[in-house]
Amino acid sequence: MSAAWASVVAVGAGTVVLKAVGPVAVSGRKLPPRVADLLDVVAPAILAALVVTEALGRGRGLAPDARLAGVGAGLVAIALRAPIWLVVVVGAAATALARAVS
Amino acid sequence: MRKGARVAAPLFPAAAALGASFGVLARTAHLDALAAIVMSATTFAGSSQVAAVSVLGAGGGVAAAVVAALLLNARYAPIGITVAHSFRGSPLKRLAQAQLVVDESWALSGGGTTRFDHRILLGIGAMLWFAWVGGTALGALAGQAIGDPSAFGLDGAFAALFAALLAAQLLDRRRIAAALGGAAIAAVLVPFTPPGIPIIAATAAVAAGWRRR
Repeated sequence: MSAAWASVVAVGAGTVVLKAVGPVAVSGRKLPPRVADLLDVVAPAILAALVVTEALGRGRGLAPDARLAGVGAGLVAIALRAPIWLVVVVGAAATALARAVS
Repeated sequence: MRKGARVAAPLFPAAAALGASFGVLARTAHLDALAAIVMSATTFAGSSQVAAVSVLGAGGGVAAAVVAALLLNARYAPIGITVAHSFRGSPLKRLAQAQLVVDESWALSGGGTTRFDHRILLGIGAMLWFAWVGGTALGALAGQAIGDPSAFGLDGAFAALFAALLAAQLLDRRRIAAALGGAAIAAVLVPFTPPGIPIIAATAAVAAGWRRR
């Protein structure tokens, strides 16, 4: 199995289980509040790390390039309350443009 | 379920467009169209799918891609628990219905509050599923027609997409602190570790979520 398909199957199976844990297994009970506090902030921590690695990372190293223009334009679109799909389009266009002129 | 579909109508084009973005971006990680569509149909959780594709595309390997994606989806365990009491029927039926729980269907149906409505949850979830999978199919087929993804700036689009997903998460000081911590950990580790590891290590920033109780 290719790396792509192995990832598709593993992420799919894992997510099905994560979503089903509550409705199938633990109906009626609650998580300890301390655990819930920590789970609240998992997504922001990982998403912020992904912004850094996608904007700056290249293999093992930081390599600033045209992608920074894409993030910058994307942040402007976010600040202007653009829908997410538009942020993606703006980010791609700005990256392609910066690459073409550099 | 019809009421749920009405509440979700404005979200339909947005979910389809975002699904299309994922379909196109999947090309950068060498996912063929069928793999991208299968992933959207089974995982049905946007940020984790983009994260897996991004780690694979950066050469991070299967294990790092899967761990990063599942860490992002770990929130569905507590989210599912907040609505668990409303699910009825056989375990298999509950398992199938639970797949329709996504951030938007949970929030719009009043998940975690006293006005929670199970039928709205399922209606919104089902509608978003069709939009997400259909959009992915369109984007994946378009993505296959594209030669070199970086020529279209798709590599830069990833960072912009993650920034947008992050912006929606920054609800309070604890989440902002966790985001800053995660970004700092990733920036420090990138030169020293294989791709994917900085993302997983960034979860150490959940220490920012600690509260004295």
